Amino acid sequence: MITAIAAIAGLALVFGLVLGYAAVRFRREADPVADQVDALLPQTQCGQCGFAGCRPYAEAIAAGEADINLCPPGGQATMRSLADLLDREPKPLAPEHGVEKPRLVAVIDEDVCIGCTLCIQACPVDAILGAGKQMHTVIASECTGCELCLPPCPVDCIDMVPEPVTLKSWRWPKPGEFVFAAADAGRTSPPAAAAPRKEPVPSSEAEG
Amino acid sequence: MAAPPHLRPTTTVTRVMGDVLLALLPATVAWVWYFGPGVLFNMAVAAAVAVGCEAGCVALRGRDVRHQLADLSALVTAVLLAFCLPPLTPWWITATGAAFAIVFAKQLYGGLGFNPFNPAMAGYVVLLVSFPEELTRWLAPAGFDLAPATPGILDTLHVTVTGSLPEGLRWDALAGATPLDGLRTGLSQMRTVGEIRAAAPFGSLGGRGWEWISNWVAIGGCYLLWRRVIRWHIPVAMLLGLAVPATFWWLLDPGLHPPPTFHLFSGATMLCAFFIATDPVSAATSSVGRLVYGAGIGFLVFVIRSWGGYPDGVGFAVLLMNMAVPAIDQFTRPRTYGHAG
Amino acid sequence: MPETPRLWRFHGGLKLDARTERSTGRPITVLDPPGRLILPLSQHIGEPAEPVVAVGDRVLRGEPIARPSGMVGAKVHASSSGTVVEIGPHPVPHPSGLAAPCIVIETDGEDRAWEGYEPMTNYETLNAAALRARVRAAGVVGLGGATFPTAIKIGSVTGLKLLILNGAECEPYISCDDMLLRNRPAEVVAGAQVLLHVLEIGQCAIAIEENKAAAREALEAAIGRAGEARISVVTVPAVYPEGGEKQLIKVLTGEEVPADGVPPDIGFLCQNVGTAAAVARAVLYGEPLISRIVTVTGDGVAWPRNLEVRLGTPVADVVAACGGYTESAAHLLMGGAMMGLPLASDAVPVVKGTNCIVVASREEIRPRRPMLPCIRCGECSRICPAQLLPQQLYWHARAGELDRAQDYHLFDCIECGSCDVVCPSQIPLTQYFRYAKTEIWARERDRSRAEQARQRFEARRSRVDAEKEARRRRLDEKSKALEQTKDDAEARKAAVDEVLERVQARKHGDDQE
Repeated sequence: MITAIAAIAGLALVFGLVLGYAAVRFRREADPVADQVDALLPQTQCGQCGFAGCRPYAEAIAAGEADINLCPPGGQATMRSLADLLDREPKPLAPEHGVEKPRLVAVIDEDVCIGCTLCIQACPVDAILGAGKQMHTVIASECTGCELCLPPCPVDCIDMVPEPVTLKSWRWPKPGEFVFAAADAGRTSPPAAAAPRKEPVPSSEAEG
Repeated sequence: MAAPPHLRPTTTVTRVMGDVLLALLPATVAWVWYFGPGVLFNMAVAAAVAVGCEAGCVALRGRDVRHQLADLSALVTAVLLAFCLPPLTPWWITATGAAFAIVFAKQLYGGLGFNPFNPAMAGYVVLLVSFPEELTRWLAPAGFDLAPATPGILDTLHVTVTGSLPEGLRWDALAGATPLDGLRTGLSQMRTVGEIRAAAPFGSLGGRGWEWISNWVAIGGCYLLWRRVIRWHIPVAMLLGLAVPATFWWLLDPGLHPPPTFHLFSGATMLCAFFIATDPVSAATSSVGRLVYGAGIGFLVFVIRSWGGYPDGVGFAVLLMNMAVPAIDQFTRPRTYGHAG
Repeated sequence: MPETPRLWRFHGGLKLDARTERSTGRPITVLDPPGRLILPLSQHIGEPAEPVVAVGDRVLRGEPIARPSGMVGAKVHASSSGTVVEIGPHPVPHPSGLAAPCIVIETDGEDRAWEGYEPMTNYETLNAAALRARVRAAGVVGLGGATFPTAIKIGSVTGLKLLILNGAECEPYISCDDMLLRNRPAEVVAGAQVLLHVLEIGQCAIAIEENKAAAREALEAAIGRAGEARISVVTVPAVYPEGGEKQLIKVLTGEEVPADGVPPDIGFLCQNVGTAAAVARAVLYGEPLISRIVTVTGDGVAWPRNLEVRLGTPVADVVAACGGYTESAAHLLMGGAMMGLPLASDAVPVVKGTNCIVVASREEIRPRRPMLPCIRCGECSRICPAQLLPQQLYWHARAGELDRAQDYHLFDCIECGSCDVVCPSQIPLTQYFRYAKTEIWARERDRSRAEQARQRFEARRSRVDAEKEARRRRLDEKSKALEQTKDDAEARKAAVDEVLERVQARKHGDDQE
């Protein structure tokens, strides 16, 4: 009886010492959690999460003060990466903070713009070019689609438009999920069936 | 838009499953020849229940029933299960096994392609554990004067439907142990292998009649190899995995261990090697992985038969190796072109 | 080289029906330039070229009309003489069906040549740099389909052991290289000689598949006539995708191209036989790349054949030259049966990478059957020439776990399509891989844009903070100064006078403006 207790206690002591040593000896320096969370956020700086930018939101998440489903521009993908990183339950995006939308960029209607610089002051990434009483324009490649410039504009001259797709940015669509009944017939362009020509083609023959 | 490639596969899942059923035809004929029509009734019950359960589950999940049933995988599971059951199994036992195999071991994991365990074996093992008496009540093979005449169609139907023998037949007169069972009983009675195998039910390879069924199963398996429905890795590995330790121990102590040919041609060895272990969904995927997987099954079958609690260990061996498949796949990942090993 | 050189095998591969009997029945037909040429500015890997002509300019055949931009690029030349009528977007051969900038030339029918490039018949006396400059000037790109600018590919590589010319046309329907070798082997041999000189290699192997006996005979005869001991013809098995550069190198040499490297890293350089012929034309005749051989085939075209087509010719004109569409025409592809791109319309032009146009019937290209779940049969990994695990790539691509897909070397996939053809569950595997690749690129683009946005945000925040700080300091100083002058009435008056003067000065300044 005594020997059993002594044996178990001895094993517990040995394993405890081994684990304690390993915890110290093999410790890995990881990035601070806030940095890792910030790296996953889309940096739109729109404030839809309720914080003054992505970094404050990241810090709040790291401190456990904010939930991970408050970022609409990041969407489901970001929420899931955050859930993976922090080992929390994934949950749907909180609708009161906005809905997930495809990426939009702001465009200023130059006929209407009055040059008041209110939008320039509102843009969190300085993506609007202009000065007082000069034409304002949005640098499309820098615009994050945060929509913070829309409310301040007194003449409502800013529109959000989807980004144009180029050959470089075009993406293959994901194949349909488990197409059960309908066959992917996938006919390509049906060229008009023309009657075959009767006479041979007027061209020269290459050497045989 | 029709994305490339524009050539279509010549093989379909339905064709693969159809070939498997075709390959089992000679063995089925042998079964009926030696043991009467019981196996056909078992197949009918199992097939009806399996297909019905699959249809029900697929419909509950909101998918296209006709398309999912057309792949014949439920039918193959049912037939393989029926092959493992004694011919006079009452219908509710067969039905339970088939229902468990399809619903629990296949559909609840997500349906075709998602089950980690071989459904037929899962169903069989559940029956073996739940109905031990009915599942060990085998018949003696016909044509060897080992028992009174094999029950005819009507008698078999009677037993299948009601679970009890018709008038005039008794279990102790009908039932005969399988060769593996006979061996195990004999060994526990301290007789040597040589003495046991000299008795009437044992033939040159396995048991009389039983070895012929194994032969026909193996021939069906070779048909599948020729049609490229299965690849050689799992059958060869499984048979070697069984034969090598069997040879070793037989050479060590021939009195206690039967020769490797006995192991190869008894019980469900051949069925496992060509039909059960080769189920692609629950088996390993890489070539080396399949060799490891097959060898593991063979080895486990030998261990269970020699020292375990059941006469034939195929069901458990397969399920145990199914559990190891993710690890096997992980560790036998083949090298990609252009990358170091 | 020994008589029968040793050959290795690459992993997997499919034996496919070549489907080239109908298009190889007659010699190459040279097609006259069409009425309108549509020349995309991007017919090559790299940045699109920049136009050097304007609308209304008259151009001659072979005249440069666009120059390369960026590090990797190629020139574009006018394929015939005429007038530039448009520089703007036009549908181009691309799976998206989107338009891209093109130069449209209305030809004048005279086809007068531009005399800008001198034939370099004495190229052996010239140094490699001069020859590379000529190849660049001629706008030669890889004509096997990859369209990588050749001048860069043959640029300053050292330590090469072997030049490989790829005549292993393995994809069903395509026979342009076969016909080039049958009809114009001397050009290919000349191109090989030029490349051997430029690259300073002593050996060249021209790989041809075993089912192309006529091409092999013609080529060997041409090599004999040229008296070239350095060039030999090697017959390789007709297994798809034998003509893949990495697979061909493994077959000929037994060595594998490292995953993050290129063939010159292990001492080999691979060029398509058509590219070699184009190099020969550029160097020996001073001809820029303005035409290429195109196979037109399929049950949907009346007279399948191989044509020499001017770049920029609309596909409709090319098909019309082959007798037009038959009643069974249902699909239009640019490329072969395994990797051919579906074309949205036949108004798109023939470009440098167009090796084949297939007008297929409904029997030749059948619709896909409905998909079933993956049954883990492993046939796809058995067949994959890149030794990947398509099954794993599929699972991860479908689940959106793109990092795991990259762990399984997704970007080593050459999109040959072999896995699709052996899948019993009819899963469009290659489609999943293409989707995963473009998705990963899109996410990387998003990530770099997010990083840039973060930097701009930080920069703005520090600027705004600095301005606030500066203002606060100014106010502090002002209030301190005010404190000091509180009991000194004179100093206060002086300060007020100062301010009044400043205001007056500004007002006068405004009035004068």
